[in-house]
Amino acid sequence: MTAYTATVTVRLKRGVLDPEADTTRKALERLGFDLDGLRSMDQFEVDLDAESEDTAADRADEMAQRLLANPTLHDYEVVVEERGA
Amino acid sequence: MTVSVVQFGGSNCDRDAVRALTHLGIDAERVWHEDGLPADAEGIILPGGFSYGDYLRAGAMAARSPVMDEVRAAAEDGVPVLGVCNGAQIGSESRLTPGAFTTNRSARFQCEDVYLRVENADTPWTAAYDEGDVLSIPIAHGEGRFEIEADRHEELVAENRVLFRYCDEDGNVTEEANPNGSTDNVAGILGESDTVAVLMPHPERATLPELGSTDGQGVLGGFA
Repeated sequence: MTAYTATVTVRLKRGVLDPEADTTRKALERLGFDLDGLRSMDQFEVDLDAESEDTAADRADEMAQRLLANPTLHDYEVVVEERGA
Repeated sequence: MTVSVVQFGGSNCDRDAVRALTHLGIDAERVWHEDGLPADAEGIILPGGFSYGDYLRAGAMAARSPVMDEVRAAAEDGVPVLGVCNGAQIGSESRLTPGAFTTNRSARFQCEDVYLRVENADTPWTAAYDEGDVLSIPIAHGEGRFEIEADRHEELVAENRVLFRYCDEDGNVTEEANPNGSTDNVAGILGESDTVAVLMPHPERATLPELGSTDGQGVLGGFA
């Protein structure tokens, strides 16, 4: 078994309104920053032991499908890296 | 008919639901989610509140709790199920009903009276009304914006599964009357069977005469 960290990034699908990001963008603009856009997303780092990188990725993918992301709202991606001792 | 009002940690409209149902002469009891549904549950309310602190997404945690497997099984057996506010979010997160309820367009918590137009009066929840009737019922939510894929929404409309739309006092469904940016002004929607419904407004807060509007009585009357 190898120790991995699976990083699951969950973001709103293109075209889904993100009022929190809009509010954050406006607050940055009030602070004097000039920006063309801003998106927010959730990121989860899952530490897990697995037989292979593919197995770790499959498990993280299932976590995203069953809980971390809502398929109506979100796209997600999974990146797996070996975790240092 | 005894209605089970499923109480999660963070539910806070469970007592209101029991009281409103009792006022209508419908037996109701609170059921702690860890105790499971009583075998003789003849109706189920998923009440409002902030289950699990709205962590991750409103309703996401409660939707995956074991009692929801029982709720789904009961719904498939024809037991009427109504999700209100947080209960609507739990219902959509658990796929009892389609779409999702997410952050209001305003990015604010909104607690206000709104008007709803009855879009389908041929359900247990709306049998007391006529199609086109306008109801005054309060909302109280931060994540009530109904979102759904465009093609899926077209199917729902074609299947007549939109139960209520936000409207103005005269029943006009307008952008101005849409409090939270919901797709197509949807305020309430049916599951695959018309015995399963969710809505963001609170019919239990518009049932007791001393609270003002009693327009919500017909919705809860779906359990009678």
